[in-house]
Amino acid sequence: MLSVKHLLGIRDLTPGDIGLIFKTADNFKQVLQRPIKKVPSLRDTTVANIFFENSTRTRLSFELAEKRLGADVVNFSASGSSVSKGETLIDTVKNILAMKVDMVVMRHAASGAPWFLANHINASIINAGDGTNEHPTQALLDAYSMRERVGDLKGKHVTIVGDIMHSRVALSNIYCLNKLGAKVTIAGPPTLIPKHIEMLGVEVQHNLKKALESCDIANILRIQLERQNKPLFSTLREYALHYGVNKAMLDSLGRDIVVMHPGPINRGVELSSDAADSKQSIILDQVENGVAVRMAVIYLLSGKREIE
Amino acid sequence: MPLKTLLNEAQLELTLQRLAHQLIENHSDLANTAFIGIQPRGVFLSDRILEKLKKISRRKNLNYGRLDITFYRDDVHSSSDIQVPSHTDITFSIEGKKVVLIDDVLYTGRTIRSAMDALIDFGRPASVELLVLVDRRFSREVPIQPDYTGASVDTILTQKVKVCWKEKDGIDEVILIDKK
Repeated sequence: MLSVKHLLGIRDLTPGDIGLIFKTADNFKQVLQRPIKKVPSLRDTTVANIFFENSTRTRLSFELAEKRLGADVVNFSASGSSVSKGETLIDTVKNILAMKVDMVVMRHAASGAPWFLANHINASIINAGDGTNEHPTQALLDAYSMRERVGDLKGKHVTIVGDIMHSRVALSNIYCLNKLGAKVTIAGPPTLIPKHIEMLGVEVQHNLKKALESCDIANILRIQLERQNKPLFSTLREYALHYGVNKAMLDSLGRDIVVMHPGPINRGVELSSDAADSKQSIILDQVENGVAVRMAVIYLLSGKREIE
Repeated sequence: MPLKTLLNEAQLELTLQRLAHQLIENHSDLANTAFIGIQPRGVFLSDRILEKLKKISRRKNLNYGRLDITFYRDDVHSSSDIQVPSHTDITFSIEGKKVVLIDDVLYTGRTIRSAMDALIDFGRPASVELLVLVDRRFSREVPIQPDYTGASVDTILTQKVKVCWKEKDGIDEVILIDKK
């Protein structure tokens, strides 16, 4: 069983936990191929999706996962809610839990918010992204998709390209890949790579071609314009010229590497259309696997409730 | 600790032969029958029975699948640990077929209830029958009875019927053990 009561970050998971989540996700992926894509396991559970930050795809993915497990779902988004009236985080969540909601999936702009919340409530919490800290389910579905394509990740080489500094996806990916024994290279302009990131055991590379030459898989991150309050590169066009991944670059490597992106893609900036839509791209598989992996996480955490 | 051997290797072999013949007796058109072994332990039994069926009927292809019922259990949250499921592979349609569910021990009947719920999500079978190796009589908690029975035993709550297979446990036998 999982060694944790919540899924707050990959940093809290053991490799055994990750293996168990993958094994369970295999089963759910199979359920999703059937004509009736549901199982009744969580019909006694209510899950609240509490999103203090915008999201379409993660929220949809979680909502689908919950519904396919047979759970009841309620959605809360910060805009137009009591948060604008000044309600605190703990009050917001406790009020929702008082309505007999059993589990919380939360996305928040402040790094560490889920850990803070976990100290104040009993229900299981799944972190759907906290500030620039972690996005554990994304890393899990990324690793699951990689594994589906290339097999066991031990010894494989993954390159993460893009705005690492502001990316919770990058950090969770690094933790996850380290726990699975993969080798990680970070690539991007120096302004987008945090200092001392080598302490996490990753290699830093500022030349895109060199970074892609030796890797098996490239995970391309979105340029997050909404997170940058100072200009970290001159223009999008210049970024695309030096760090954008396109088919010509992929073909010049001499072998087929796997191309991934958590979405949404800024086509023509970090990833060109011909690369995103190529045979090497598993971007849509990531989305499909996302539902199965989230079903696995919710299912495995649901047993942790004490029955009254 | 083991209290008694219910079926030794020779008896188990005879029983499996008899069950296979009973099945053929009732299912003359095997093309329209689907055999489904219940994970995790019913599968050892169903593997053996299908082997015998293929020999007796001289057919190479029979509709055979395995069903895991973990997601349909009625005790998903009350048991202390969350269960990790095994594989389900049913590669054919069960629509309009006569399904034979195969499990090793029938005790409270809840597993079979879950199996029928799971089955309905795959389609509408023409009929569903149940084959079990051991029927623990008078222990049912739901109204479910087997159509084909290997052996019937009277047991109490503190006892457990263990079915051992060469492939997994090194020996073919069915024993009654004391849980204490």
